[in-house]
Amino acid sequence: MSVLVLIEHDNTEVKASTLNTVTAATQLGSDVHGLVVGNDCANVASAAAKISGISKILSVDSSEYKYGLVENVAPVVKDIASGYSHVLAPASTFGKNLLPRVAAMLDVQQVSDIIEIVSEDTFIRPIYAGNALARVRSTDSVKLITVRTTTFDAAIEDSGSSAPVEELSAMGDEQLSSFVKHDLTRSERPELTTANIVISGGRGMQSGENFIMLERIADKLGAAVGASRAAVDAGYVPNDYQVGQTGKVVAPDLYLAVGISGAIQHLAGMKDSKVIVAINKDEEAPIFQVADIGWVADLFTAIPELESALD
Amino acid sequence: MKVIVPVKRVIDANIKVRVRMDGSGVELNNVKMSMNPFCEIAVEESIRFKEAGKADEIIVVAAGPQQSQETLRNGLAMGADRGILIQTDIDLEPLAIAKLLTAVVEREQPGIVLMGKQAVDNDNNQTGQMLSAMLNWSLGTFVSKIEIEDDSFNVVREVDGGLETVRLSRPSVITVDLRLNEPRYASLPNIMKARRKEIEVLTPDDLGIDVTPRVTVLEVTEPPARNAGVRVQSAEELIDKLKNEAKVL
Ligand SMILES: Cc1cc2nc3c(=O)[nH]c(=O)nc-3n(C[C@H](O)[C@H](O)[C@H](O)COP(=O)(O)OP(=O)(O)OC[C@H]3O[C@@H](n4cnc5c(N)ncnc54)[C@H](O)[C@@H]3O)c2cc1C
Repeated sequence: MSVLVLIEHDNTEVKASTLNTVTAATQLGSDVHGLVVGNDCANVASAAAKISGISKILSVDSSEYKYGLVENVAPVVKDIASGYSHVLAPASTFGKNLLPRVAAMLDVQQVSDIIEIVSEDTFIRPIYAGNALARVRSTDSVKLITVRTTTFDAAIEDSGSSAPVEELSAMGDEQLSSFVKHDLTRSERPELTTANIVISGGRGMQSGENFIMLERIADKLGAAVGASRAAVDAGYVPNDYQVGQTGKVVAPDLYLAVGISGAIQHLAGMKDSKVIVAINKDEEAPIFQVADIGWVADLFTAIPELESALD
Repeated sequence: MKVIVPVKRVIDANIKVRVRMDGSGVELNNVKMSMNPFCEIAVEESIRFKEAGKADEIIVVAAGPQQSQETLRNGLAMGADRGILIQTDIDLEPLAIAKLLTAVVEREQPGIVLMGKQAVDNDNNQTGQMLSAMLNWSLGTFVSKIEIEDDSFNVVREVDGGLETVRLSRPSVITVDLRLNEPRYASLPNIMKARRKEIEVLTPDDLGIDVTPRVTVLEVTEPPARNAGVRVQSAEELIDKLKNEAKVL
Protein backbone atom coordinates (compact mmCIF):
# COMPACT_ATOMS: atom_id res chain seq x y z
CA MET A 1 0.00 0.00 0.00
CA SER A 2 1.10 3.57 -0.54
CA VAL A 3 1.50 6.45 1.86
CA LEU A 4 0.14 9.93 1.18
CA VAL A 5 1.83 13.08 2.46
CA LEU A 6 -0.07 16.37 2.54
CA ILE A 7 2.37 18.94 1.22
CA GLU A 8 2.42 22.16 3.26
CA HIS A 9 3.07 25.20 1.09
CA ASP A 10 2.08 28.80 0.41
CA ASN A 11 1.47 28.38 -3.36
CA THR A 12 5.07 29.47 -3.93
CA GLU A 13 7.27 27.14 -1.97
CA VAL A 14 7.15 23.85 -0.13
CA LYS A 15 7.42 24.41 3.64
CA ALA A 16 10.28 22.72 5.44
CA SER A 17 7.83 20.76 7.64
CA THR A 18 6.96 18.70 4.56
CA LEU A 19 10.49 17.31 4.31
CA ASN A 20 10.39 15.81 7.80
CA THR A 21 6.94 14.39 7.11
CA VAL A 22 8.22 12.69 3.96
CA THR A 23 10.96 11.01 6.00
CA ALA A 24 8.33 9.63 8.39
CA ALA A 25 6.32 8.42 5.38
CA THR A 26 9.30 6.56 3.92
CA GLN A 27 9.55 4.62 7.20
CA LEU A 28 6.01 3.35 6.58
CA GLY A 29 6.13 2.39 2.93
CA SER A 30 8.25 2.67 -0.16
CA ASP A 31 5.58 4.20 -2.37
CA VAL A 32 5.14 7.74 -1.05
CA HIS A 33 2.86 10.17 -2.86
CA GLY A 34 2.51 13.87 -2.16
CA LEU A 35 -0.72 15.86 -2.44
CA VAL A 36 -0.53 19.55 -3.34
CA VAL A 37 -3.80 21.44 -2.97
CA GLY A 38 -3.53 25.11 -3.88
CA ASN A 39 -3.87 27.75 -6.53
CA ASP A 40 -1.26 28.74 -9.11
CA CYS A 41 0.87 26.19 -7.37
CA ALA A 42 2.61 24.51 -10.29
CA ASN A 43 5.98 25.53 -8.85
CA VAL A 44 5.13 23.81 -5.60
CA ALA A 45 4.12 20.63 -7.40
CA SER A 46 7.35 20.52 -9.39
CA ALA A 47 9.47 21.28 -6.32
CA ALA A 48 7.66 18.61 -4.30
CA ALA A 49 8.23 16.11 -7.13
CA LYS A 50 11.97 16.48 -6.53
CA ILE A 51 11.89 15.60 -2.83
CA SER A 52 13.82 12.42 -2.19
CA GLY A 53 11.45 9.54 -1.43
CA ILE A 54 8.45 10.91 -3.34
CA SER A 55 7.31 8.66 -6.19
CA LYS A 56 4.31 10.67 -7.39
CA ILE A 57 2.70 14.06 -6.88
CA LEU A 58 -1.03 14.63 -7.08
CA SER A 59 -1.94 18.22 -7.65
CA VAL A 60 -5.23 20.08 -7.44
CA ASP A 61 -4.90 23.65 -8.62
CA SER A 62 -7.96 25.89 -8.40
CA SER A 63 -8.96 29.25 -6.96
CA GLU A 64 -11.05 27.79 -4.12
CA TYR A 65 -7.84 26.38 -2.64
CA LYS A 66 -5.85 29.61 -2.77
CA TYR A 67 -5.94 30.22 0.98
CA GLY A 68 -6.07 26.59 2.05
CA LEU A 69 -9.53 26.98 3.60
CA VAL A 70 -10.06 23.71 5.40
CA GLU A 71 -13.73 23.38 4.43
CA ASN A 72 -12.65 23.21 0.77
CA VAL A 73 -9.42 21.24 1.13
CA ALA A 74 -10.69 18.46 3.42
CA PRO A 75 -13.08 16.93 0.81
CA VAL A 76 -10.20 16.66 -1.68
CA VAL A 77 -8.07 14.73 0.79
CA LYS A 78 -11.01 12.60 1.89
CA ASP A 79 -11.74 11.63 -1.69
CA ILE A 80 -8.35 10.06 -2.32
CA ALA A 81 -7.33 8.98 1.20
CA SER A 82 -9.02 5.57 1.06
CA GLY A 83 -6.52 4.48 -1.59
CA TYR A 84 -3.69 4.75 0.94
CA SER A 85 -2.60 2.85 4.03
CA HIS A 86 -1.49 6.06 5.78
CA VAL A 87 -2.08 9.77 5.30
CA LEU A 88 0.52 11.99 6.96
CA ALA A 89 0.69 15.71 7.61
CA PRO A 90 3.10 17.78 9.70
CA ALA A 91 1.87 18.65 13.20
CA SER A 92 2.05 22.33 12.24
CA THR A 93 -1.00 24.60 12.36
CA PHE A 94 -1.60 23.47 8.73
CA GLY A 95 -1.78 19.77 9.62
CA LYS A 96 -3.54 20.26 12.95
CA ASN A 97 -6.26 22.31 11.29
CA LEU A 98 -6.85 20.05 8.31
CA LEU A 99 -6.23 16.41 9.14
CA PRO A 100 -8.82 15.90 11.94
CA ARG A 101 -11.50 17.32 9.63
CA VAL A 102 -10.55 14.66 7.08
CA ALA A 103 -10.34 11.97 9.78
CA ALA A 104 -13.93 12.60 10.86
CA MET A 105 -15.13 12.43 7.26
CA LEU A 106 -13.48 9.01 7.00
CA ASP A 107 -14.59 7.87 10.47
CA VAL A 108 -10.96 7.46 11.52
CA GLN A 109 -9.39 8.22 14.90
CA GLN A 110 -6.32 10.27 13.97
CA VAL A 111 -3.02 9.76 15.81
CA SER A 112 -1.56 13.20 16.59
CA ASP A 113 2.00 14.39 16.84
CA ILE A 114 3.94 11.12 16.62
CA ILE A 115 7.62 11.15 17.52
CA GLU A 116 8.44 7.59 16.53
CA ILE A 117 7.15 4.89 14.21
CA VAL A 118 7.34 1.48 15.88
CA SER A 119 5.56 -0.45 13.12
CA GLU A 120 2.98 0.29 10.46
CA ASP A 121 0.22 0.51 13.08
CA THR A 122 2.11 1.41 16.25
CA PHE A 123 3.46 4.84 17.13
CA ILE A 124 4.88 6.78 20.05
CA ARG A 125 3.44 10.17 20.93
CA PRO A 126 3.91 12.55 23.82
CA ILE A 127 0.97 13.25 26.13
CA TYR A 128 0.62 15.60 29.12
CA ALA A 129 3.00 18.21 27.70
CA GLY A 130 5.59 15.55 27.02
CA ASN A 131 5.67 14.36 30.64
CA ALA A 132 4.63 10.92 29.44
CA LEU A 133 5.06 9.00 26.21
CA ALA A 134 2.25 6.77 24.94
CA ARG A 135 2.83 3.79 22.66
CA VAL A 136 -0.41 3.47 20.71
CA ARG A 137 -1.79 1.10 18.11
CA SER A 138 -4.31 2.24 15.54
CA THR A 139 -6.97 -0.21 14.40
CA ASP A 140 -8.36 1.96 11.60
CA SER A 141 -7.91 0.71 8.04
CA VAL A 142 -6.51 4.05 6.85
CA LYS A 143 -4.24 5.65 9.41
CA LEU A 144 -4.26 9.44 9.64
CA ILE A 145 -1.22 10.80 11.40
CA THR A 146 0.35 14.14 12.19
CA VAL A 147 4.11 14.09 12.60
CA ARG A 148 6.23 16.04 15.06
CA THR A 149 8.71 17.41 12.57
CA THR A 150 11.60 17.90 15.00
CA THR A 151 11.97 14.17 15.57
CA PHE A 152 12.30 13.15 11.92
CA ASP A 153 15.20 14.28 9.75
CA ALA A 154 14.42 16.38 6.70
CA ALA A 155 14.27 14.46 3.42
CA ILE A 156 16.64 15.71 0.73
CA GLU A 157 14.88 18.60 -0.95
CA ASP A 158 16.29 18.02 -4.40
CA SER A 159 16.95 14.38 -5.20
CA GLY A 160 18.13 15.29 -8.71
CA SER A 161 15.21 13.52 -10.33
CA SER A 162 11.56 14.36 -10.64
CA ALA A 163 8.53 12.21 -9.84
CA PRO A 164 5.54 12.45 -12.19
CA VAL A 165 2.86 15.04 -11.40
CA GLU A 166 -0.76 14.05 -11.91
CA GLU A 167 -3.48 16.71 -11.99
CA LEU A 168 -6.73 15.96 -10.17
CA SER A 169 -9.93 17.87 -10.71
CA ALA A 170 -11.11 20.47 -8.26
CA MET A 171 -14.20 19.92 -6.13
CA GLY A 172 -15.63 23.43 -5.85
CA ASP A 173 -16.13 25.99 -3.13
CA GLU A 174 -18.15 24.79 -0.14
CA GLN A 175 -19.07 28.44 0.54
CA LEU A 176 -18.64 27.94 4.26
CA SER A 177 -15.79 30.36 4.84
CA SER A 178 -13.73 33.00 3.13
CA PHE A 179 -10.29 34.46 3.59
CA VAL A 180 -10.02 38.03 4.85
CA LYS A 181 -6.35 38.76 5.49
CA HIS A 182 -2.97 37.65 6.71
CA ASP A 183 -0.77 39.43 9.23
CA LEU A 184 2.35 37.38 8.85
CA THR A 185 5.48 38.06 10.82
CA ARG A 186 8.28 38.96 8.44
CA SER A 187 11.76 38.08 9.43
CA GLU A 188 15.10 37.61 7.76
CA ARG A 189 16.07 35.19 10.49
CA PRO A 190 15.73 31.42 10.16
CA GLU A 191 12.38 29.83 10.89
CA LEU A 192 11.92 28.93 14.54
CA THR A 193 11.14 25.26 14.02
CA THR A 194 14.06 24.56 11.69
CA ALA A 195 16.78 26.87 13.07
CA ASN A 196 19.96 25.29 14.43
CA ILE A 197 20.11 27.85 17.21
CA VAL A 198 17.17 29.44 19.03
CA ILE A 199 17.34 32.23 21.58
CA SER A 200 14.12 32.74 23.52
CA GLY A 201 13.08 35.41 25.96
CA GLY A 202 10.53 35.29 28.73
CA ARG A 203 8.74 37.62 31.09
CA GLY A 204 12.15 38.59 32.48
CA MET A 205 12.76 40.60 29.29
CA GLN A 206 10.30 43.19 30.63
CA SER A 207 9.43 44.75 27.25
CA GLY A 208 9.32 44.26 23.50
CA GLU A 209 12.13 46.79 23.03
CA ASN A 210 14.41 44.68 25.19
CA PHE A 211 13.97 41.78 22.76
CA ILE A 212 16.26 43.77 20.44
CA MET A 213 19.09 42.60 22.70
CA LEU A 214 18.21 39.01 21.86
CA GLU A 215 17.78 39.80 18.17
CA ARG A 216 21.31 41.22 18.03
CA ILE A 217 22.69 37.99 19.45
CA ALA A 218 20.47 35.98 17.13
CA ASP A 219 21.92 37.83 14.15
CA LYS A 220 25.46 37.11 15.29
CA LEU A 221 24.69 33.39 15.66
CA GLY A 222 22.32 32.94 12.73
CA ALA A 223 19.66 32.03 15.27
CA ALA A 224 15.88 32.30 15.40
CA VAL A 225 14.15 34.21 18.20
CA GLY A 226 11.45 32.54 20.31
CA ALA A 227 9.55 33.36 23.47
CA SER A 228 7.59 32.00 26.38
CA ARG A 229 3.85 32.36 26.60
CA ALA A 230 4.24 35.06 29.22
CA ALA A 231 6.30 37.19 26.81
CA VAL A 232 3.74 36.73 24.04
CA ASP A 233 0.76 37.38 26.31
CA ALA A 234 2.44 40.56 27.52
CA GLY A 235 2.69 41.68 23.89
CA TYR A 236 6.50 41.78 23.76
CA VAL A 237 6.54 39.63 20.60
CA PRO A 238 3.98 38.14 18.17
CA ASN A 239 2.13 34.87 18.86
CA ASP A 240 4.15 32.85 16.38
CA TYR A 241 7.22 33.21 18.62
CA GLN A 242 5.68 31.04 21.33
CA VAL A 243 7.54 27.86 22.16
CA GLY A 244 5.77 25.20 24.21
CA GLN A 245 3.01 22.67 24.67
CA THR A 246 0.53 24.90 22.93
CA GLY A 247 2.93 26.82 20.72
CA LYS A 248 5.78 25.58 18.58
CA VAL A 249 7.99 22.61 19.29
CA VAL A 250 11.66 23.21 18.59
CA ALA A 251 14.70 20.97 18.94
CA PRO A 252 17.72 22.99 17.79
CA ASP A 253 21.36 22.16 18.47
CA LEU A 254 21.43 25.07 20.90
CA TYR A 255 18.52 26.61 22.82
CA LEU A 256 19.18 29.69 24.96
CA ALA A 257 16.43 30.50 27.46
CA VAL A 258 16.72 34.04 28.77
CA GLY A 259 14.52 35.21 31.65
CA ILE A 260 12.32 32.13 31.33
CA SER A 261 11.38 30.23 34.50
CA GLY A 262 10.94 26.82 32.83
CA ALA A 263 7.26 25.94 33.35
CA ILE A 264 6.31 22.43 32.16
CA GLN A 265 4.35 23.94 29.30
CA HIS A 266 7.43 25.75 28.07
CA LEU A 267 9.72 22.74 28.55
CA ALA A 268 7.32 20.69 26.41
CA GLY A 269 8.37 22.77 23.43
CA MET A 270 12.15 22.75 23.83
CA LYS A 271 13.42 19.96 26.04
CA ASP A 272 14.51 17.85 23.09
CA SER A 273 17.05 20.51 22.13
CA LYS A 274 20.58 19.15 22.01
CA VAL A 275 22.15 21.73 24.30
CA ILE A 276 20.11 23.97 26.58
CA VAL A 277 21.54 27.14 28.11
CA ALA A 278 19.59 29.05 30.75
CA ILE A 279 20.25 32.60 31.85
CA ASN A 280 18.16 33.52 34.86
CA LYS A 281 18.75 35.60 37.96
CA ASP A 282 16.91 33.13 40.18
CA GLU A 283 19.14 30.16 40.87
CA GLU A 284 16.09 28.14 41.95
CA ALA A 285 14.33 28.59 38.57
CA PRO A 286 13.18 25.17 37.28
CA ILE A 287 14.79 25.87 33.90
CA PHE A 288 18.15 25.06 35.52
CA GLN A 289 16.98 21.47 36.12
CA VAL A 290 17.01 20.82 32.38
CA ALA A 291 19.80 23.18 31.34
CA ASP A 292 23.16 21.73 30.29
CA ILE A 293 24.73 25.08 31.03
CA GLY A 294 23.24 27.46 33.57
CA TRP A 295 24.28 31.04 34.20
CA VAL A 296 22.77 32.68 37.24
CA ALA A 297 22.86 36.34 36.30
CA ASP A 298 20.81 39.42 35.64
CA LEU A 299 20.05 39.24 31.95
CA PHE A 300 20.47 42.98 31.57
CA THR A 301 24.16 42.59 32.31
CA ALA A 302 24.62 39.06 30.98
CA ILE A 303 23.17 39.61 27.52
CA PRO A 304 25.28 42.70 26.64
CA GLU A 305 28.31 40.83 28.00
CA LEU A 306 27.49 37.86 25.80
CA GLU A 307 27.03 40.10 22.80
CA SER A 308 30.43 41.71 23.11
CA ALA A 309 32.10 38.40 23.89
CA LEU A 310 30.73 37.03 20.60
CA ASP A 311 32.58 39.70 18.59
CA MET B 1 -28.13 32.73 19.64
CA LYS B 2 -27.60 29.57 21.59
CA VAL B 3 -23.99 28.66 22.40
CA ILE B 4 -22.66 25.19 23.18
CA VAL B 5 -19.38 24.94 25.05
CA PRO B 6 -17.91 21.46 25.48
CA VAL B 7 -15.75 21.20 28.62
CA LYS B 8 -13.29 18.51 29.67
CA ARG B 9 -12.11 17.39 33.08
CA VAL B 10 -8.33 16.96 33.11
CA ILE B 11 -5.44 16.85 35.57
CA ASP B 12 -4.84 20.42 36.69
CA ALA B 13 -2.36 22.11 34.37
CA ASN B 14 -0.10 23.10 37.27
CA ILE B 15 0.44 19.54 38.39
CA LYS B 16 3.34 17.46 37.18
CA VAL B 17 1.87 14.14 36.18
CA ARG B 18 3.32 10.83 37.34
CA VAL B 19 3.45 7.80 35.11
CA ARG B 20 2.10 4.62 36.77
CA MET B 21 4.74 2.02 37.51
CA ASP B 22 2.88 -0.64 35.52
CA GLY B 23 2.93 1.49 32.37
CA SER B 24 -0.86 1.56 32.13
CA GLY B 25 -1.16 5.33 32.11
CA VAL B 26 -0.66 8.36 34.31
CA GLU B 27 -1.74 8.41 37.96
CA LEU B 28 -5.22 9.91 38.29
CA ASN B 29 -5.93 8.91 41.89
CA ASN B 30 -5.69 11.69 44.46
CA VAL B 31 -4.64 14.16 41.81
CA LYS B 32 -6.22 17.59 41.52
CA MET B 33 -8.55 17.73 38.52
CA SER B 34 -9.75 20.92 36.85
CA MET B 35 -11.45 22.17 33.75
CA ASN B 36 -9.08 22.08 30.78
CA PRO B 37 -7.68 25.67 30.57
CA PHE B 38 -8.69 26.08 26.91
CA CYS B 39 -12.27 25.08 27.77
CA GLU B 40 -12.28 27.80 30.44
CA ILE B 41 -11.36 30.34 27.79
CA ALA B 42 -14.25 29.09 25.64
CA VAL B 43 -16.69 29.36 28.56
CA GLU B 44 -15.45 32.87 29.30
CA GLU B 45 -15.96 33.97 25.70
CA SER B 46 -19.50 32.60 25.66
CA ILE B 47 -20.31 34.58 28.80
CA ARG B 48 -18.92 37.73 27.20
CA PHE B 49 -21.21 37.09 24.21
CA LYS B 50 -24.12 36.86 26.58
CA GLU B 51 -23.11 39.99 28.46
CA ALA B 52 -22.89 41.82 25.13
CA GLY B 53 -26.42 40.69 24.26
CA LYS B 54 -25.20 38.43 21.44
CA ALA B 55 -26.05 35.10 23.08
CA ASP B 56 -29.16 34.13 24.99
CA GLU B 57 -28.33 30.69 26.29
CA ILE B 58 -25.06 28.93 27.12
CA ILE B 59 -25.01 25.15 27.47
CA VAL B 60 -21.89 23.45 28.80
CA VAL B 61 -21.48 19.84 27.74
CA ALA B 62 -19.10 17.28 29.21
CA ALA B 63 -18.49 13.71 28.12
CA GLY B 64 -16.78 11.47 30.63
CA PRO B 65 -17.07 9.96 34.09
CA GLN B 66 -19.63 10.99 36.69
CA GLN B 67 -17.11 13.39 38.28
CA SER B 68 -17.30 15.53 35.14
CA GLN B 69 -20.37 16.99 36.86
CA GLU B 70 -17.89 19.09 38.87
CA THR B 71 -16.46 20.48 35.66
CA LEU B 72 -19.94 21.35 34.47
CA ARG B 73 -20.70 23.01 37.83
CA ASN B 74 -17.58 25.07 37.29
CA GLY B 75 -18.85 26.27 33.94
CA LEU B 76 -22.26 26.97 35.46
CA ALA B 77 -20.63 28.96 38.25
CA MET B 78 -18.75 31.02 35.69
CA GLY B 79 -22.09 31.86 34.06
CA ALA B 80 -23.34 29.10 31.77
CA ASP B 81 -27.09 28.43 31.98
CA ARG B 82 -27.38 24.66 31.97
CA GLY B 83 -25.29 21.55 31.60
CA ILE B 84 -25.39 18.23 29.82
CA LEU B 85 -23.30 15.29 30.99
CA ILE B 86 -22.81 12.36 28.67
CA GLN B 87 -21.71 9.88 31.24
CA THR B 88 -19.39 6.98 30.54
CA ASP B 89 -16.34 5.41 32.12
CA ILE B 90 -14.85 4.53 28.75
CA ASP B 91 -11.75 6.61 27.99
CA LEU B 92 -13.21 8.65 25.16
CA GLU B 93 -11.27 9.49 22.02
CA PRO B 94 -11.78 12.74 20.08
CA LEU B 95 -13.71 10.93 17.33
CA ALA B 96 -16.18 9.52 19.88
CA ILE B 97 -16.52 12.85 21.67
CA ALA B 98 -17.17 14.60 18.35
CA LYS B 99 -19.93 12.06 17.59
CA LEU B 100 -21.54 12.60 20.99
CA LEU B 101 -21.35 16.37 20.53
CA THR B 102 -22.85 16.08 17.05
CA ALA B 103 -25.88 14.37 18.56
CA VAL B 104 -26.22 17.12 21.17
CA VAL B 105 -25.81 19.86 18.56
CA GLU B 106 -28.47 18.30 16.35
CA ARG B 107 -30.86 18.34 19.26
CA GLU B 108 -30.03 21.82 20.58
CA GLN B 109 -29.39 23.66 17.29
CA PRO B 110 -26.88 26.25 18.57
CA GLY B 111 -25.47 29.01 16.36
CA ILE B 112 -21.95 28.27 17.48
CA VAL B 113 -19.93 25.62 19.27
CA LEU B 114 -17.05 27.28 21.12
CA MET B 115 -14.39 24.96 22.45
CA GLY B 116 -10.76 24.64 23.46
CA LYS B 117 -8.20 24.02 20.72
CA GLN B 118 -6.75 21.13 22.69
CA ALA B 119 -7.05 19.37 26.00
CA VAL B 120 -3.85 19.39 28.01
CA ASP B 121 -4.12 15.70 28.90
CA ASN B 122 -3.76 13.96 25.55
CA ASP B 123 -2.80 17.07 23.56
CA ASN B 124 -4.72 15.72 20.56
CA ASN B 125 -6.04 18.94 19.08
CA GLN B 126 -8.77 17.17 17.09
CA THR B 127 -12.26 17.31 18.59
CA GLY B 128 -13.43 20.68 17.23
CA GLN B 129 -12.16 19.96 13.74
CA MET B 130 -13.91 16.57 13.78
CA LEU B 131 -17.17 18.03 15.05
CA SER B 132 -17.14 20.65 12.29
CA ALA B 133 -16.77 17.91 9.68
CA MET B 134 -19.59 15.80 11.09
CA LEU B 135 -21.90 18.82 11.06
CA ASN B 136 -20.48 20.14 7.78
CA TRP B 137 -20.11 23.54 9.44
CA SER B 138 -17.45 26.18 8.96
CA LEU B 139 -14.41 25.81 11.18
CA GLY B 140 -12.13 28.33 12.86
CA THR B 141 -9.22 26.84 14.80
CA PHE B 142 -6.69 28.46 17.20
CA VAL B 143 -8.80 31.60 17.43
CA SER B 144 -7.66 34.66 19.40
CA LYS B 145 -10.40 37.09 18.39
CA ILE B 146 -14.08 36.67 17.45
CA GLU B 147 -16.37 39.30 15.97
CA ILE B 148 -20.02 38.39 15.60
CA GLU B 149 -21.65 39.60 12.37
CA ASP B 150 -25.24 39.06 11.23
CA ASP B 151 -24.71 35.80 9.41
CA SER B 152 -21.05 35.11 10.10
CA PHE B 153 -18.14 35.27 12.50
CA ASN B 154 -14.93 37.11 11.72
CA VAL B 155 -12.16 35.30 13.50
CA VAL B 156 -8.43 35.84 13.91
CA ARG B 157 -6.48 32.58 13.91
CA GLU B 158 -3.03 32.08 15.40
CA VAL B 159 -1.13 30.25 12.66
CA ASP B 160 2.55 29.31 12.39
CA GLY B 161 3.48 32.37 10.35
CA GLY B 162 1.50 34.90 12.40
CA LEU B 163 -2.20 35.73 12.23
CA GLU B 164 -4.92 34.94 9.72
CA THR B 165 -8.37 36.46 9.57
CA VAL B 166 -11.22 34.44 8.05
CA ARG B 167 -14.95 34.92 7.78
CA LEU B 168 -16.98 31.88 8.82
CA SER B 169 -20.62 31.48 7.82
CA ARG B 170 -22.87 30.62 10.70
CA PRO B 171 -23.26 28.17 12.30
CA SER B 172 -19.62 27.46 13.14
CA VAL B 173 -17.31 25.44 15.29
CA ILE B 174 -14.63 27.70 16.74
CA THR B 175 -11.67 26.41 18.76
CA VAL B 176 -10.02 28.96 21.00
CA ASP B 177 -6.40 29.80 21.72
CA LEU B 178 -4.77 31.25 24.82
CA ARG B 179 -4.95 34.90 23.84
CA LEU B 180 -8.71 35.10 23.26
CA ASN B 181 -9.40 36.25 26.82
CA GLU B 182 -8.58 35.74 30.47
CA PRO B 183 -11.19 33.59 32.17
CA ARG B 184 -12.89 34.97 35.27
CA TYR B 185 -13.02 33.25 38.64
CA ALA B 186 -16.45 32.19 39.73
CA SER B 187 -17.69 34.31 42.66
CA LEU B 188 -19.04 32.61 45.77
CA PRO B 189 -22.66 33.70 45.14
CA ASN B 190 -22.39 32.36 41.60
CA ILE B 191 -20.99 29.07 42.86
CA MET B 192 -24.03 28.81 45.15
CA LYS B 193 -26.39 29.72 42.34
CA ALA B 194 -24.78 27.14 40.05
CA ARG B 195 -25.81 24.36 42.41
CA ARG B 196 -29.42 24.95 41.45
CA LYS B 197 -28.82 25.00 37.71
CA GLU B 198 -29.94 22.00 35.71
CA ILE B 199 -27.59 19.25 34.58
CA GLU B 200 -29.13 16.66 32.29
CA VAL B 201 -27.42 13.27 32.37
CA LEU B 202 -27.36 11.11 29.24
CA THR B 203 -25.34 8.11 28.13
CA PRO B 204 -23.74 7.34 24.77
CA ASP B 205 -26.41 4.65 24.40
CA ASP B 206 -29.17 7.22 24.87
CA LEU B 207 -27.67 9.06 21.91
CA GLY B 208 -27.18 5.84 19.96
CA ILE B 209 -23.44 6.28 19.63
CA ASP B 210 -20.74 3.63 19.72
CA VAL B 211 -17.74 5.03 21.58
CA THR B 212 -15.47 1.97 21.40
CA PRO B 213 -11.87 3.21 21.14
CA ARG B 214 -10.06 2.81 17.81
CA VAL B 215 -6.59 3.44 19.13
CA THR B 216 -5.23 1.15 21.83
CA VAL B 217 -2.77 2.55 24.34
CA LEU B 218 -0.21 -0.22 24.71
CA GLU B 219 2.07 1.43 27.21
CA VAL B 220 2.76 4.78 28.84
CA THR B 221 6.31 5.51 29.90
CA GLU B 222 8.38 8.33 31.34
CA PRO B 223 10.31 10.34 28.78
CA PRO B 224 14.10 10.22 29.08
CA ALA B 225 15.11 12.61 31.84
CA ARG B 226 17.38 15.57 31.24
CA ASN B 227 19.86 16.25 33.97
CA ALA B 228 20.99 19.59 35.24
CA GLY B 229 24.43 20.39 33.86
CA VAL B 230 27.17 22.80 34.80
CA ARG B 231 27.10 26.42 35.91
CA VAL B 232 29.11 29.23 34.37
CA GLN B 233 29.93 32.68 35.72
CA SER B 234 30.73 34.71 32.63
CA ALA B 235 30.10 35.10 28.93
CA GLU B 236 33.64 33.95 28.10
CA GLU B 237 33.13 30.75 30.05
CA LEU B 238 29.78 30.15 28.37
CA ILE B 239 31.15 30.66 24.87
CA ASP B 240 34.14 28.48 25.65
CA LYS B 241 31.89 25.61 26.74
CA LEU B 242 29.62 25.99 23.72
CA LYS B 243 32.57 26.05 21.33
CA ASN B 244 34.91 23.52 22.83
CA GLU B 245 32.79 21.08 24.83
CA ALA B 246 29.29 21.12 23.35
CA LYS B 247 30.65 22.08 19.91
CA VAL B 248 27.48 23.87 18.92
CA LEU B 249 29.07 27.21 17.99
C1 LIG C 1 -2.98 25.74 29.04
C2 LIG C 1 -1.65 26.37 29.16
C3 LIG C 1 -0.82 26.36 28.06
C4 LIG C 1 0.43 26.95 28.12
N1 LIG C 1 1.24 26.90 27.03
C5 LIG C 1 2.47 27.45 27.11
C6 LIG C 1 3.37 27.38 26.00
O1 LIG C 1 3.07 26.82 24.95
N2 LIG C 1 4.59 27.98 26.14
C7 LIG C 1 4.96 28.61 27.29
O2 LIG C 1 6.09 29.15 27.35
N3 LIG C 1 4.14 28.69 28.33
C8 LIG C 1 2.90 28.13 28.27
N4 LIG C 1 2.07 28.24 29.34
C9 LIG C 1 2.44 29.14 30.45
C10 LIG C 1 3.39 28.58 31.46
O3 LIG C 1 2.69 27.85 32.43
C11 LIG C 1 4.17 29.72 32.17
O4 LIG C 1 3.25 30.59 32.75
C12 LIG C 1 5.05 30.52 31.22
O5 LIG C 1 5.85 29.65 30.46
C13 LIG C 1 5.92 31.46 32.02
O6 LIG C 1 6.69 32.26 31.17
P1 LIG C 1 8.06 32.89 31.69
O7 LIG C 1 8.97 31.80 32.09
O8 LIG C 1 8.52 33.83 30.65
O9 LIG C 1 7.58 33.76 32.92
P2 LIG C 1 7.83 33.57 34.46
O10 LIG C 1 7.41 32.25 34.92
O11 LIG C 1 7.26 34.78 35.11
O12 LIG C 1 9.40 33.59 34.59
C14 LIG C 1 10.18 34.73 34.37
C15 LIG C 1 11.60 34.34 34.73
O13 LIG C 1 12.47 35.43 34.43
C16 LIG C 1 13.44 35.53 35.44
N5 LIG C 1 13.91 36.92 35.44
C17 LIG C 1 13.19 38.03 35.70
N6 LIG C 1 13.97 39.12 35.57
C18 LIG C 1 15.20 38.69 35.22
C19 LIG C 1 16.42 39.35 34.96
N7 LIG C 1 16.54 40.68 35.03
N8 LIG C 1 17.49 38.60 34.63
C20 LIG C 1 17.40 37.24 34.57
N9 LIG C 1 16.24 36.57 34.81
C21 LIG C 1 15.16 37.29 35.12
C22 LIG C 1 12.73 35.15 36.70
O14 LIG C 1 13.66 34.70 37.68
C23 LIG C 1 11.79 34.04 36.22
O15 LIG C 1 12.40 32.78 36.36
C24 LIG C 1 0.83 27.61 29.30
C25 LIG C 1 -0.01 27.61 30.42
C26 LIG C 1 -1.23 26.98 30.36
C27 LIG C 1 -2.10 26.97 31.56
